[in-house]
Amino acid sequence: MSRDVVILGAGMHPWGKWGRNFVEYGVHAARAALKDAGVSWQDIQFVAGGATMRNGYPGYVAGATFSQALGWQGNEIMTCYAACATGSQALAAARAKIQAGQCEVALVVGADTTPKGFLAPQKGERPDDPDWVRFRLGITNPTYFSLYAQRRKDVYGATDEDFAAIKVKNAEHGFSNEFARYQKKFTIEEVLASPMVASPLRLFEICATSDGGAAVVVASKEYADRLGSQRQVKIGGISTVSPKFASADVEMPDIATDSAAASNAYSFRASIAQKAYEEAGVGPEDVSLAEVYDLSSAMELDWYEYIGLCAQGDAEKLLRDGDTRIGGRVPVNASGGLACFGEAVPAQALAQVCELTMQLRGEAGDRQVSDAKVGVTGNQGLFGHGSSVVLLR
Amino acid sequence: MFSIVIEAFQYSSDFLSTFGGCMSSTEASSGANPALPVIEGWFTMDEADTHLIGSRCKRCGTYFFPGNVTFCRNPCCESDEFDAVPLSREGTIWSYTDAQYKPPEPYVAADPFEPYAIAAVELAKERMIILGQLAKGITVDDVTTGMQVELQLQTLFTKDGQDYVSWVWQPKI
Ligand SMILES: [Zn+2]
Repeated sequence: MSRDVVILGAGMHPWGKWGRNFVEYGVHAARAALKDAGVSWQDIQFVAGGATMRNGYPGYVAGATFSQALGWQGNEIMTCYAACATGSQALAAARAKIQAGQCEVALVVGADTTPKGFLAPQKGERPDDPDWVRFRLGITNPTYFSLYAQRRKDVYGATDEDFAAIKVKNAEHGFSNEFARYQKKFTIEEVLASPMVASPLRLFEICATSDGGAAVVVASKEYADRLGSQRQVKIGGISTVSPKFASADVEMPDIATDSAAASNAYSFRASIAQKAYEEAGVGPEDVSLAEVYDLSSAMELDWYEYIGLCAQGDAEKLLRDGDTRIGGRVPVNASGGLACFGEAVPAQALAQVCELTMQLRGEAGDRQVSDAKVGVTGNQGLFGHGSSVVLLR
Repeated sequence: MFSIVIEAFQYSSDFLSTFGGCMSSTEASSGANPALPVIEGWFTMDEADTHLIGSRCKRCGTYFFPGNVTFCRNPCCESDEFDAVPLSREGTIWSYTDAQYKPPEPYVAADPFEPYAIAAVELAKERMIILGQLAKGITVDDVTTGMQVELQLQTLFTKDGQDYVSWVWQPKI
């Protein structure tokens, strides 16, 4: 039996388009997490930093960057970049270090600064680069989101109103979340009146890129008990699995899926949460609330199925029945989700963990999910990265 | 590096202005030179019988597109020998969408920008899905999931008097 690892503290810098250095967001979040944990920075033995590839050298060595900014004190460091799974992989590294008995208390930090407006792909003719090729052919990010949205319409009877209802729900959830970038309510009509970007998805249904920072302090259960912490949240499981060949998901930036001519076809996204559930010894039926990656409004419906909240094709019913609203059977994106945050990649998976931590402690204020005992996160990004974390009260 | 592109492409509220900006305009075709493929080696240039060109593992039979594979990616197979093969030129629409705003470079857009539709098409024999634009004039209202389509060549853009062609999916009548 490996040691239990708990979250002692969580902290965030509000999401936005602040245009400041990512280190500022990371340190703000780290100090908030340390204060929340009641742990001194000088007691931290290991720092796992979520890298941000667009912020120069300090971004590539985020573990060191955050440690230096907090004041070098001789702790061990590591840096992690894994697209949308960055925060979960950094958390998994800290957990492993604690489970192995190599440290008792660790700090995990992710932060990002995103450029304003639109970043073009790298210049030049690069036909060997799948990302260059797909842009050359006119296949953008919303293309991938919308292919899945349209398929839900044709196969499962999803409607434009369903997609808009996700945005409306999440906007309502995040309305009073001090960490959310957008604290604004929408009506179905307003969402449907926003410009069509890639049919059937509209502007208000596609997530933005944001600045933000999130951090957690994790420790062995023994350490937390010695500290007298009454607000521990147990890390039940973490999954950072890769896809399995033949991956049947239509996936950025690829032009084609794997061929299943000689293999079984697998859905990567549907496999991600499974390992986290198994580690935690719980199943989807035990989940009190979930934080999932609504890169588009429609994608949240896919996630209901990927994390097992309902059978494939039943997500629309779950939504329409109000099950995934706060007050419903299993609220999803009580934080407001990416609809209210936008995406700050190396911080986003940690932001999901921060939200679940607040919820499981009963400290989520206006958006508190009643009697929250089991929380699950789900996210997925480029190049075979995805993650899921299960937290237990 | 890829992530930068991807993340930046998830629009924010400044999406409209950033996408309304000008990019290199497309000049009228002179038609003087023979058309070139938009990507070399991905498809045949035979207009009557266009095929995407993939690779097929000599040992396990797995297909790859694009075909630039050195080692078989089937984890049960250790082969490094492949045949270049034409892929099925007919398939079934798995899903579809369109682009209502001009994509960034390296896409070369007509000026004014013309929205276009895109399909993800399932090939039965290869058991894989391949993306591509739908033929000019086809909109999302003309297609549905499960519809049969076939491959065609079409001029994607013209630059400095040179036509560049790509594969597109055309609904079968
Ligand atoms: Zn093979």
